[in-house]
Amino acid sequence: MVEETQKNETQKREVVVPGEIIVQGDDFLPGDGTKKQEEGIMALRYGLADKSDNLVRVIPLSGPYNPRAGNVVIGKVVMLTEGGWVIDIGTPKTAFLSLTEVPMYVNKNALDEVMDLGDMGIFKITGLGRLGASLSIKSGFFGKINEGIVFKINPHKVPRIIGKEGSMIKLIKERTGCKVTVGQNGVVWIKGDEIDKELFARKAVEFVADKSYIEGLTDKVEQFFKDHGIEPSETETENKENSEENKSDEEKKE
Amino acid sequence: MDEEKTPKITAERIKKYLENGKRFDERKLDEFRELTIETGVSKKAEGSVKVKLGKTEVIVGVKMAVGEPYPDSGDKGNLMVTAELLPLSSGRIELGPPKIDSIELGRVIDRGIRESGFLDMEKLCIKENEKVWTLFVDIYSINDDGNLLDAAGIGAYTALKLAKIPKYDEKEDKVLYGEPDKDLPLTDKNPIVTTIYKIENSLVVDPTREEEDVAEARITIGSSDKSISSIQKGGSEPFTTEEISNALDIAENKWTELFKNLDKQLKKQK
Amino acid sequence: MAEVKRPDGRKKDELRDFSGEVGIIPNADGSAKYKSGDTIAVAAVYGPKKMHPQHQQDPEKGVLRCTYNMNSFSVDDRIRPAPSRRSKEISQIVEWALEPVLLIDDFPNTVIDVHVNIIQADAGTRCAAINAASMALAHAGIPMKDMVSSIAAGKLDKTVVMDLNKEEEDFEEGEGPTDIPISLTQKGEITHLQLDGKISKEQLKEAIEMSKKVCKDIYKEQRRALKDFVKQEE
Repeated sequence: MVEETQKNETQKREVVVPGEIIVQGDDFLPGDGTKKQEEGIMALRYGLADKSDNLVRVIPLSGPYNPRAGNVVIGKVVMLTEGGWVIDIGTPKTAFLSLTEVPMYVNKNALDEVMDLGDMGIFKITGLGRLGASLSIKSGFFGKINEGIVFKINPHKVPRIIGKEGSMIKLIKERTGCKVTVGQNGVVWIKGDEIDKELFARKAVEFVADKSYIEGLTDKVEQFFKDHGIEPSETETENKENSEENKSDEEKKE
Repeated sequence: MDEEKTPKITAERIKKYLENGKRFDERKLDEFRELTIETGVSKKAEGSVKVKLGKTEVIVGVKMAVGEPYPDSGDKGNLMVTAELLPLSSGRIELGPPKIDSIELGRVIDRGIRESGFLDMEKLCIKENEKVWTLFVDIYSINDDGNLLDAAGIGAYTALKLAKIPKYDEKEDKVLYGEPDKDLPLTDKNPIVTTIYKIENSLVVDPTREEEDVAEARITIGSSDKSISSIQKGGSEPFTTEEISNALDIAENKWTELFKNLDKQLKKQK
Repeated sequence: MAEVKRPDGRKKDELRDFSGEVGIIPNADGSAKYKSGDTIAVAAVYGPKKMHPQHQQDPEKGVLRCTYNMNSFSVDDRIRPAPSRRSKEISQIVEWALEPVLLIDDFPNTVIDVHVNIIQADAGTRCAAINAASMALAHAGIPMKDMVSSIAAGKLDKTVVMDLNKEEEDFEEGEGPTDIPISLTQKGEITHLQLDGKISKEQLKEAIEMSKKVCKDIYKEQRRALKDFVKQEE
């Protein structure tokens, strides 16, 4: 989904509203957020109409986070039960982290030692069931968040904050030296060694979220950092020059 | 998760930043967010205003009616300040009768205005012990991003300043709404209250909702010309005497600043 | 038959100046303002979120819950804050007007709260409320099969007219005024219809047809407000 959004980054898409006919005729198939009507493909949501090959879909700008298996999310423990932790990930149905999805042995009377009520953590969605998403923290990347800033942005802006092949989030991490994790559910975690760097990383994330549909966003973010006196480090510039040389002609065109 | 309070982790960070004199939006601890006012929000009000403090937005309207005075103040007009925290303004607000938040807000602003001497209530008397003007000041929250208290106070002051008493036909006992007559009898006393919030050991002014969630106590002060006219301490944690003293100093600086800012903006809107 | 002369000189199918604006309440999932002449309505949407109280949950789909209220200073004679019977009735009307277009089968046990507040009133408040709420629901990303547009249609003496203002509601000539607030989808389905006065079957049909036409213009403005909200250029 991330790649799809980035594919036509420079193409200006049309904003559509529910009930609007996006394309007339029978040349296209109805994708997400659309329905085939007699006149053509109709939008069922407010968003950006995306036409590719022969598929028309609506990329939503707003609305609830739609959980998918494989998503990384950040959530809060709202209840401890015998079998695991009930986690709020911002969806109407709560999610569940089972005892079996934790990378260590947990005594069922000592759940709070791993994660307690009110704790926040990074989780992976392993599946979606009737009662909600099932989560896991088996790999090292996941687990309880001990310190830092946690805040929420519109989940539909997440692809832009991550950027094409992670380029945007990489830029923010490198310039601020902070750890930045963006959950697909729109919850962001930032942790840095210095207060000022953490503040800037948060500002940068909110800057991107605010201007997410504007063309030439990467340049604007570079300018944003420059304006705040944050220059690329020497190693960053070196790496960029090296990778430019190694790119094939085709890659450079992108 | 939007309705949820600020996460504990972020709260810890906020406290740590404040110890270093820093806030998320780079303001100083005693700095207000950008204040903008828009007059004439409703043509049907005798005076009305929209106040934006950062992303916090309230609208305040003044309505007037003629009625009987209270038995123990037959020569004075009546003042009634009501606040409504609209469910529009935040996902945290439930439907139903007014909760303590809105009741307290209305009463704190009421006291700020009443005790300051800003309104010359005797001049609102039409016929002693029989007919007086009643001033209704109604406050509505439109977006709650923290510090509704101060936004409401600023709104109440501005709406009263803008309000015009409508013509009153004594013979017919009819208020002629839509026919503004004269200004309200105002004095130069300050009715605006300033709230100082306590977050661990820091005193902060005009918190965002994220910061307000972390505040353990607050103190709302109405002061004018070096004399204090109203105080309300809210929240369950105590203040030290030194903190109260600091809060009083901060309040005094703030209302002077706010006044200048408001005057400037009101002049521009004329 | 001579056409009635409207107090503000408008033609029978002419609307007051109207405009929409989206995204005015940052905390809300969706929000919008709709102005028609001197009537101003503001709507905010929160949801889909878990429905409380639990006994109101629908295990098969999401539930729409609307509230409509008038600000105390939206009218000449101050309205005491607190829901009145009138505002409760209109809350239900607004809910019924919007429900048919919502596609919320995929959100069981949730509620979508829509709150509308009238800031300034000059008749047609429920129609302004529905127009604002429709934009706010779209802005909130709620799946919908169409937008709903609403107009305060009616009749003055013997002429069918569109968009009655307060002065016209108190019209005294001839047969007096008849209020016909009506809401329609773009496909022409009537999701809300009320009537108050005296009118023949033929003239009612005329009113409905005229409403369909003017609602297309209202829809254009609702759509424009939603489109302009997305900044793709600086």
